[in-house]
Amino acid sequence: MSDAGTLLEMQGIDKAFPGVQALSGVDFSLAAGEIHAIVGENGAGKSTLIKVLTGAEHRDAGRIELGGQEISARSPQHAESLGIATVYQEVNLCPNLSLAENVLIGRAPRRWGRIDWRTMNRRATEILLTLDIDVDVTQPLATYSVAIQQMAAIARALEIASVRVLILDEPTSSLDAHETEQLFGVMRKLRADGIAVVFITHFLEQVYVVADRITVLRHGRLVGTYPTASLPKYELVKKMLGRELTELDDVSRIRTVGGAVEVGTTRLVADDLGRTGSVEPFDIELRAGEVVGLAGLLGSGRTEVAALLFGIDRPDGGTLSVDGVPVKDHSPIGSIRRGVALCPEDRKAEGIVEDLTVRENLILAVQARRGWLRRLSRRQQEAIADDYIRRLDIATPSSEQPVRTLSGGNQQKVILARWLATDPEVLILDEPTRGIDIGAKAEVQRLVLELAEGGKSCLFISSELDEVLRTSDRIAVMRDREKVTEFAGDVDESSIMQVMAGGDGGE
Amino acid sequence: MASRRPLDLSRIGESKLLFPIVALVLILLFDLIFEPGFFAMETVDGHLFGNLIDIPRNGATIMLLALGMTLVIATGGIDLSVGAVMAISASVAAILIHPDLQPLTRDPNATATPLPIVLLVTLAVATLCGLWNGLLVAYGNIQPMVATLILMIAGRGIAQLLTEGVRVQIFYEPYAFLGNGWVILPVSLFVVAAVYLGAWFGTRRTSLGLFIESVGINSRASFYSGIGEKQVKLVAYMFCGFCAGMAGLVASSNIRTSDANNIGLDFELDAILAVVIGGTSLAGGRFSLMASLVGALVIQAITTSMYAAGVPANALLAIKGTVVIIVILVFSAQVRDWVRARTSARPAPT
Amino acid sequence: MITSLRARAVRYRRFAPLAATITLFCLAYAYGAVVYEGMRDPQVFLNLFRASPFLLISAIGMTFVILSGGIDLSVGGVVALTTVASAALLRSGGMDPWLVMALMIVMGAVFGVTMGFFITYLRVQPFIATLAGMWVARGLSFWISDDAIPIDSRLYTVLGQTKILIPGLADPVTKIGPFISIPVVTELVVLLVAIFVAQYTRFGRTVYAIGGNEQSARLMGLPVNRTKMLVYTINGLCSALAGIALSVDVSSGHGLYATGLELTAIGAVVIGGTLLTGGVGYVVGTLFGVLIIGVIQTLIQFNGQLSSWWTPIVVGALTLAFIGIQSALAARKARPTAGRRMPQPARLGDPTLQEDVP
Repeated sequence: MSDAGTLLEMQGIDKAFPGVQALSGVDFSLAAGEIHAIVGENGAGKSTLIKVLTGAEHRDAGRIELGGQEISARSPQHAESLGIATVYQEVNLCPNLSLAENVLIGRAPRRWGRIDWRTMNRRATEILLTLDIDVDVTQPLATYSVAIQQMAAIARALEIASVRVLILDEPTSSLDAHETEQLFGVMRKLRADGIAVVFITHFLEQVYVVADRITVLRHGRLVGTYPTASLPKYELVKKMLGRELTELDDVSRIRTVGGAVEVGTTRLVADDLGRTGSVEPFDIELRAGEVVGLAGLLGSGRTEVAALLFGIDRPDGGTLSVDGVPVKDHSPIGSIRRGVALCPEDRKAEGIVEDLTVRENLILAVQARRGWLRRLSRRQQEAIADDYIRRLDIATPSSEQPVRTLSGGNQQKVILARWLATDPEVLILDEPTRGIDIGAKAEVQRLVLELAEGGKSCLFISSELDEVLRTSDRIAVMRDREKVTEFAGDVDESSIMQVMAGGDGGE
Repeated sequence: MASRRPLDLSRIGESKLLFPIVALVLILLFDLIFEPGFFAMETVDGHLFGNLIDIPRNGATIMLLALGMTLVIATGGIDLSVGAVMAISASVAAILIHPDLQPLTRDPNATATPLPIVLLVTLAVATLCGLWNGLLVAYGNIQPMVATLILMIAGRGIAQLLTEGVRVQIFYEPYAFLGNGWVILPVSLFVVAAVYLGAWFGTRRTSLGLFIESVGINSRASFYSGIGEKQVKLVAYMFCGFCAGMAGLVASSNIRTSDANNIGLDFELDAILAVVIGGTSLAGGRFSLMASLVGALVIQAITTSMYAAGVPANALLAIKGTVVIIVILVFSAQVRDWVRARTSARPAPT
Repeated sequence: MITSLRARAVRYRRFAPLAATITLFCLAYAYGAVVYEGMRDPQVFLNLFRASPFLLISAIGMTFVILSGGIDLSVGGVVALTTVASAALLRSGGMDPWLVMALMIVMGAVFGVTMGFFITYLRVQPFIATLAGMWVARGLSFWISDDAIPIDSRLYTVLGQTKILIPGLADPVTKIGPFISIPVVTELVVLLVAIFVAQYTRFGRTVYAIGGNEQSARLMGLPVNRTKMLVYTINGLCSALAGIALSVDVSSGHGLYATGLELTAIGAVVIGGTLLTGGVGYVVGTLFGVLIIGVIQTLIQFNGQLSSWWTPIVVGALTLAFIGIQSALAARKARPTAGRRMPQPARLGDPTLQEDVP
């Protein structure tokens, strides 16, 4: 790390969105010539922090200083002119233009009023060579791998004079090991040139390979900034997932793990089920009256497992059987008919149908299962809707409200109700308590336990370890797209976190 | 808590029927003030005549098209080929009735094919055209505008080919009943009513309407909920084809000719405009068949009013263009956001 | 040797659609030349350019619009309006024909700017906005005159009737031989200018960028709004120019002219290898798209037995074929969604994704 002193200082940053405080009192500092990683689970605030820095969002409170001068970027373009450039995971370039043009468009060299392609191609080749990339710059961007496309995005960012801060947002998600090493090489080179590189990632091992310092965020707050060398991985995971003191701490578990539980029939069996590029082949069994928790860090493949079990994705290999019958048609409607339900993670994209009413959203899956001919009468629909509005305490003046007028937490409850209404034998819940208030979180967990008592089978996916621990009879742990192990019987948090971190608890 | 207030004034503001009805009323008011005698009606031979009857009668074809177009637009798509399908239907009917294309006798009772078969085959062909469009969009993943553009371009050629370029005059009287007959009211209105009732039953008495709206608003969430997006879209496009076929029958029966060049020309635009006036968003989602019908009446009312006011037929197009601009402004997202920010409910606190 | 050939093929892969179109044209023409003796006359080839200069000019303007990811349905209306307005202005005997032409071009630009404004700033779908434009334009032309107005202007006649003999092929003494007309020269000039603009100017490259990914183009700091307005303005201008070419050709103006021009122009652009979704394609491809349509018409004429309605059917079928191939290729290129990927960082400035993806 270079000793050039603090380059960027963010102090006391607050940012709120309707219904959620995304950042509160976050401090962040960057030194010139360092690679600084920002880590945190979903909801930590990493993305918002960067948006506030680059002007994509306006902060509610706090101060930002670059090179000693207070700045306030009005937009990402403005931030670029101030010397802060960002490269996103979805490379924001034009796939139809050539590599060279993507790097230089808007600043293309010209001769006699017309674009000088030869010079442009030459210049682009030179720039990429400084990043150790040697390719034909005349081909359309889309013909290149994501790795090269990212290099083009970085090259474009560097072409802007006086870049001092380069932010890389999840750059390695689509890269293989070799390409990742190449990227690290570029990052180290930039560091040597005195540029501060911000590295947002969920791949913890990578953080240890290349970052000088680590900033951990959790639920919109700063947990701390640490030199990498002084923070073993297990400690890092603990800080990322550290429990908050909540009123739920007193709630004791209704059922003891591995205790006198009458486990019923096996409902769902996945045998060596996997999908290339998504998740390694895994086995899992879900039994009646049991709650299985699925823990793992962001990107470990939990949602992919849910997608395979529910039929959103088709597996490449292995078998899936429900109630002993092997599954042939992998599709949501097929799963619903077999008595499997999935309450998905991303409620905006996969959950709510925003212009439909609460009632319509609620009965949607039930209606889909009945088919288009056997319509539930209005009275039946209202009965179901009222029932679940009451049971889940959904705050809405009436069931005829368009669901988009509800708060996020209540929307989540509506989606949950949608799936509960199908009376499934197997219920998969992916982050069901995200964005819900404390009281509602407790309710959801209690509901899960009730379902199990009633003989249902639950797969409870959550990044909140305490919730998983409180409700699950068995806990499976995912890491790096692979199911690593399963715990049954009494288990404590640290064991799980160790497995999530990488088993050996060291760096 | 979960109450339902039966008559909620703010709901009226949200109802899709408000805007088209207001527009229609405004136009009729304009007529009332500036065109005395506009509303005169008389009974001739037991038939009611008058501008008020003319508007729905002449607007029957657009109303039929608008019904089918509503469902397609509600799924987030569009069908540019309806005018061409009208022409194809007219041609099919013509060659079934007069395979010789230019029959020597002009016997009003002569037809090569019984009328029920003519109607059946024609509607089947039209529905097949809709199926073609639906397959391209739902299974071929081609953009609706692009997919239906094909049939729009090629369809007229096909229609011409079927009749070998001849404008076949149809002498079979029972056929002309569709577009010209009267049972107190013009028969074509009964046709519209029948199709509307069928559509209403098919979408609101089953859950098809809900599925269509869900797919139009958020197709991914609909997929997760188990709705078959492809089948839903297929049905919508097939129904649109059916309506276009019906409209083609009415139109050609009205003029007793199958004019492959001119039947339905530019009608797809009128249909789309009717649906837009009827409040269905071009992006898909909530729809109202009745509002689209009223929207079609609005368009026809403009035409009829202009004629009554003595505006030359061709200047009508400019007026229509202006109406579109006004409608655009009214429905433009910027304007809507401004209005919504003023009037809609805020998200309830958690 | 083989590997370097393969490497070359990969290098120039993006020219494949254009190559296909050119090949198709050559094959069709060759077929005609073999089968119909009359088609071997070089004048037939030249007539491909003479037959519809207004189509090529319109299609060139349309190419830019489609490249930017939009569409313009008003071109036929503006062309018709241009012919009628020119004829009306000239009829009163007063106005200088050059002035008339200049005015028409301004009018076309005004149409374009207006529609561009609706599309860019009011966020109206291009389909709807240009549809309205078409109605207004055609409506105005009928308002000016219900019937066709003949054009009686020496300049127009000269422009339309002058034969420019092809040196080397024609006999300069007898003045007989293969020839082209001034509108043809005009369309070729427009073509060359368009090719230059598309490949060598900032504006042209921004058009491509917008068509590729408008949001990225914005984030890259490109002047997206200005360029979109300009695209529609230029297209309006081209439509007016095409209208002038048409009125020079037929020496009259009528609101019924150029019906369906927009569809043919779009077909020409697509057949020329430009993706309807935007961002990919070459202006020169549109030239060949127009030429192919001309060849089809010529073949049908020479055949004599097929009715001329086969032309729109064949054009439609060709357009479908090209679109189908485009879609299939695009579907193959898109990587299969390997399960669910990482939750994407919310798009900048997307207010709907604010809540729980901080």
